[in-house]
Amino acid sequence: MNDFLNQLAFGWYPYLALTVLFVGSILRFDASQYSWRAQSSQFLRRRQMMIGSNLFHLGVLVLFVGHLFGLLTPIGVLDTLGISHGFKQLLALVVGGLAGICALAGATILLHRRLFDPRVRQTSSFGDIAVLVLIWLQLVLGVGTIYWTMQHMDGSAMVQFMGWASGILTLNPEAPDLIADVALVYKLHIILGLTLFLITPFTRLVHIWSAPIWYLFRPGYQIVRSRGPIRQGVAEPGVLGGYGGQIIARQQSESGESGA
Amino acid sequence: MRIRAQISMVLNLDKCIGCHTCSITCKNVWTNREGVEYVWFNNVETKPGIGYPKDWENQKRWHGGWVRTKRGKLVPRQGSKWRILSKIFANPHLPEIDDFYEPYTYEYEWLQKAPELQAQPSAKPRSLLTGAVINKIEWSGNWEDMLGGEFEKRSHDYNFEGVEKEIYGEFEKTFMMYLPRLCEHCLNPSCLASCPSGAIYKREEDGIVLIDQEKCRGWRMCVSGCPYKKIYYNWSTGKSEKCIFCYPRIETGQPTVCSETCVGRIRYLGVVLYDADKIEAAASVANEKDLYPAQLDVFLDPHDPQIQAEARAQGIPDHWIEAAIRSPIYKMAVQWKVAFPLHPEYRTLPMVWYVPPLSPIQSAHEAGKISAKDGMPDVRSLRIPLRYLANLLTAGDEAPVATALERMLAMRAYMRAKSVEGRIDPSIPERVGLTQATIEEMYRIMALANYEDRYVIPTTHRERDEDAYVLRGSAGFGFQESTNGATRLNLFGGAKRTPRKPYMDIPT
Repeated sequence: MNDFLNQLAFGWYPYLALTVLFVGSILRFDASQYSWRAQSSQFLRRRQMMIGSNLFHLGVLVLFVGHLFGLLTPIGVLDTLGISHGFKQLLALVVGGLAGICALAGATILLHRRLFDPRVRQTSSFGDIAVLVLIWLQLVLGVGTIYWTMQHMDGSAMVQFMGWASGILTLNPEAPDLIADVALVYKLHIILGLTLFLITPFTRLVHIWSAPIWYLFRPGYQIVRSRGPIRQGVAEPGVLGGYGGQIIARQQSESGESGA
Repeated sequence: MRIRAQISMVLNLDKCIGCHTCSITCKNVWTNREGVEYVWFNNVETKPGIGYPKDWENQKRWHGGWVRTKRGKLVPRQGSKWRILSKIFANPHLPEIDDFYEPYTYEYEWLQKAPELQAQPSAKPRSLLTGAVINKIEWSGNWEDMLGGEFEKRSHDYNFEGVEKEIYGEFEKTFMMYLPRLCEHCLNPSCLASCPSGAIYKREEDGIVLIDQEKCRGWRMCVSGCPYKKIYYNWSTGKSEKCIFCYPRIETGQPTVCSETCVGRIRYLGVVLYDADKIEAAASVANEKDLYPAQLDVFLDPHDPQIQAEARAQGIPDHWIEAAIRSPIYKMAVQWKVAFPLHPEYRTLPMVWYVPPLSPIQSAHEAGKISAKDGMPDVRSLRIPLRYLANLLTAGDEAPVATALERMLAMRAYMRAKSVEGRIDPSIPERVGLTQATIEEMYRIMALANYEDRYVIPTTHRERDEDAYVLRGSAGFGFQESTNGATRLNLFGGAKRTPRKPYMDIPT
């Protein structure tokens, strides 16, 4: 791949994708929370869902955490802890490989269900199908990298990717050059991964942001909302009104929640 | 003591004629939209039957409601929070839309547009999910209407527990009743407890349980969490919806649509005061049969001056306390004990209660043998088995249901003696533990059921919790941009503002 394309794909595209991911998600959350949902189709068709969805989601969660720590842990930390690059690559290969196969199996079941179950197919939007196809391809590419990774078990390629990822985050302009000579399959995997970031705000993938882990920390089970007494002192002197418009008023009414 | 008020409902099943006007008017107002075609916030079931959705009362299958652990703690039957979260990718207890029914419509236009044909044109049914032609409609919102279908299928009705049900399959012995159902607006809602997003909430001022449509993320745990299956997944928007108790009407003192349009005048709406601190203990009593009396114990007596003073101190408007005193709900549920909660064993402390129906005596040729005083037959000889009603309303405890039916029979006997024979028989009220005045009032509320007696609904006191001064001018020309908005962060730029200086009054 020539230098310009390499710079475009791994130097500029990451910033475009991440910017759209964050700004787009915030805009959608701000403007239209009514559209912010998981859009599960289990209610329409239970078949294939139990095994497919569980395999897929659990696999993808492991992959997500693995990529996050695998790529973004500074290389110095590994060296300090005395973890050899070869060992880390082996670990990534085994854990990632197993999770990848789980997720791929799940995604295949889900994709089959989405395309060939008439009821699910008919109620799917273009985005629903596109997202699943892209994720399925991404998993195929990801699992496919295992073959190339087996060719060099010293962890050198992995270190290149770690350098690129941290380089992107630290705004290092030399980051794209680090991975200029890796195998094509890795490059496609990265480009498709960034594309998934790019489309997230426009699809059902936004439900990832809402993973409801806070539920575990909710005190008690019940929620009671009161409009509560008139709140004074919200506004500064001289600032119009006390409520700050609909959004603030709504937030206030929500913060009136208390356990039953 | 934390006093709260709730607008609750009683349905007098003795007068329900199963006409479905409540369901139809509700449907036309609230669920006449894409994605909720299969949804009936209010539906009427013919009992015995498996109901809508199919087999909804079988909590071994759907895992709705609460269970009491061995250590006396209350957890949702679906499991504690982490177990609920572990089911989020695919909820094993979630019903499928076919458990309700696949929504359908007909090709009506074909009846007008068909060319000349050999046979008369017919309107084919089409699925509202896929648009495909449905060859045969197998199930719908009220498939068992008037005991439709064979007894074998209907006999799976959960309320036959402990009843020798086989004999009720015989034509001569069969019985039937109607059960209109809506969201129970529980004191201890398990849908709310199951919601990982925290989108469901109970309103403090009137107890109405609502789903915040902006906060709902479609994790669909509430659908399985509600034991009454009164939370519906909108397949179009991907969010859950439920009966909103017509809160925009209730707030202005109007009855809900289902109540307003009830031609049998069976529905009652009124305020009940209750002690929020007692909810948890009441919902976790050990014996299921104690749940009904425990819930009665949560309610507070609005006639008690101490309760009135405390309620006033805790900010409940006088208007509401007065309504609580006049409440038909309090009279029927607490004072006369003729209304009961639906399936108290779910431990949700439901707030839509039911007056059990009377029924004809079992068979005419035995009529002579049945002990009857003043034309009042023994309630155990009525066609609807007492145990069946008790399974429905008191977790299987027959005594309170028997007392209620006796009181209703006594009311009839007393009033018949009074208006037909022209005599007052004081022994009739005494026999069922009531006074003449109470019987007369029961007659006025339950038999005559005038509009103003059925619906005692205080209006919401918005002026108490909203600052009308700052809200004035807040709606008008602005689109998504309230004219008095003081939000400084606005992703879309926002409006220009007068600079704010100290001591400077800025008119809005």
